[in-house]
Amino acid sequence: MTNLQSLSFYYPELILIGVILAAIIYDLTIHQSKSGNVGWVLVAGLIAVAGAIYFQEQRVTTLFTDSIVLDPFASFFKLIVILATIFVSIVSLQSGELKDYRKGEYFTLLGIIVFGLFLMVSTVDLIMVYISIEIVSIMSFVLAGYLKQNTRSNEAGLKYVVYGAFSSGIMLFGLSYIYGLTGSTNYFLIQQAIATMDASANTALFMAMIMVLAGFGYKISSVPFHFWTPDVYEGAPTTITAYLSIAPKAGAFAMMIRFFNQVLADGGAMGGLDASSVASLPWANIMSLLAVITMTLGNVVALQQNNIKRMLAYSSIAHAGYMLLAMPVMSGDSIYAIMIYLVMYLFMNLGAFFVVITVKNKTGGETFDDYKGLGWEMPLIGVVMTIFMVSLTGLPPSAGFVGKFYIFASLIKGGNQFYWLVVVGGINSVISLYYYFRVVKVMFLEGERKDTILQPPTVMACMLLATAIPTVILGIYWTPVADWIQNSLTFFIQTL
Amino acid sequence: MQELNTYLFVAAILFSLGVFGVMTRRNGIAILMGVELILNAANINFVAFSRFGGMNLDGHIFALLVIVLAAAEAAVALAIIINIYNNLNTINVDEASALKE
Repeated sequence: MTNLQSLSFYYPELILIGVILAAIIYDLTIHQSKSGNVGWVLVAGLIAVAGAIYFQEQRVTTLFTDSIVLDPFASFFKLIVILATIFVSIVSLQSGELKDYRKGEYFTLLGIIVFGLFLMVSTVDLIMVYISIEIVSIMSFVLAGYLKQNTRSNEAGLKYVVYGAFSSGIMLFGLSYIYGLTGSTNYFLIQQAIATMDASANTALFMAMIMVLAGFGYKISSVPFHFWTPDVYEGAPTTITAYLSIAPKAGAFAMMIRFFNQVLADGGAMGGLDASSVASLPWANIMSLLAVITMTLGNVVALQQNNIKRMLAYSSIAHAGYMLLAMPVMSGDSIYAIMIYLVMYLFMNLGAFFVVITVKNKTGGETFDDYKGLGWEMPLIGVVMTIFMVSLTGLPPSAGFVGKFYIFASLIKGGNQFYWLVVVGGINSVISLYYYFRVVKVMFLEGERKDTILQPPTVMACMLLATAIPTVILGIYWTPVADWIQNSLTFFIQTL
Repeated sequence: MQELNTYLFVAAILFSLGVFGVMTRRNGIAILMGVELILNAANINFVAFSRFGGMNLDGHIFALLVIVLAAAEAAVALAIIINIYNNLNTINVDEASALKE
């Protein structure tokens, strides 16, 4: 579709750009003490964008001369990103860390990240891959270092920028080889070129693919590109940590699924079908290995942490590993499993970080010592944190169990060669039980029992319940989500 | 074909130097310089493939966009480094180490 025709299908993004500009201009007109109002502008705007996406005519087509696509798969991820952004924006207004700072830019940058993620989930062109990764990364660098007076936040920003620039540089170098080997930046043309390519070029293609994986791996924080994760997650404002642990990961998974299905496989992963690799590259083995190392490292290192935020950072590495498990299968079922896992992960992980924010607002600390006896002092926090921890471990009846169940089921359906992944995944879940339940133990069994009962502020309490209730309900009744994902599992592909 | 190989060779050397720089330097600015080398190595690849590989103009466009994004990234990185300098009086990444296990 040509550029002008595409515009009429691009109105959700155009609304979003309008919201971002409105936020910038509105921020200029108000006093610092009222700059939080920009957050409500962003939330209202995002609800409008979500409505536009939801009621958009369902089309499966490419836009802007084959550089991005419009399909239900992209719309699903866009709605996930918007949901996470709305949660995080509302909580940011309550956060004690951000109290002394002007918040106008903060919300504007969040809006721009959403735009970058929209491009990320719908791209079918190498140029767009790089641009969208950079839009999201550059805004995240600023947000990670947003607390200008706080040296830990400064350090998080510095480490993020160094690792981020380095990984995306390596990815870019890999993309340049892919362009050289195939003569195009468009996924569909690259796929055709790879299918007809001489086998002698496989080594070069393999190297280029490893370099591209550096960029993807950095965004989803998989081993060996995870080094930035613990430091950035610990130093950044907790609201941003919560955001980085879900929204960019969802975007990167969408981009990865498209890339591997359309470029390195025959594009056939749909409706229960498997995609088969076009060139004889061992990428399924590499992905399995990466997934196993990622989740094992995340879980084992999380065991030794004393800071809850840092523990949750390693836990998010482990969860990236669980989602990566389903990537090598690359069937309709495995993509379905990744999508359902992302929905479940959104609620439970955001909720856990919201608890950290609430506790930090009250006590100023985020280590295990600060959580002693908290379950009796603040019963609401104790109960919802227990729910999130049960869910993150993956015990029934919770959302986390449903997510893990679908991932493992897709692996078993995938065939014999994936059985060992199920075993490793199961062992990892058991390891994670220890450190998740340590939080519960500290909250209820340690410290002095106090008689005063404290309630978190109303808005925080609402946000905690808004994440805790779906975590429980989706563990028992997940049919609506499953149906929604089933309908979203249509994406623009060209098969060979 | 001979010309293309020369350019690819130069780009590969630049890339290796960039990676070496990022890995060995501890000064924040020097690390950024290493990253710039990596990005420019990729740019040389794109333009060389486009010019000598008999391909379309996508490579040139890609290189132009990379230059723009590299500038944006450098601006943000320098702002963060200046902020670190104001608070800690150093731009050495090793000395910014409050976040350790």
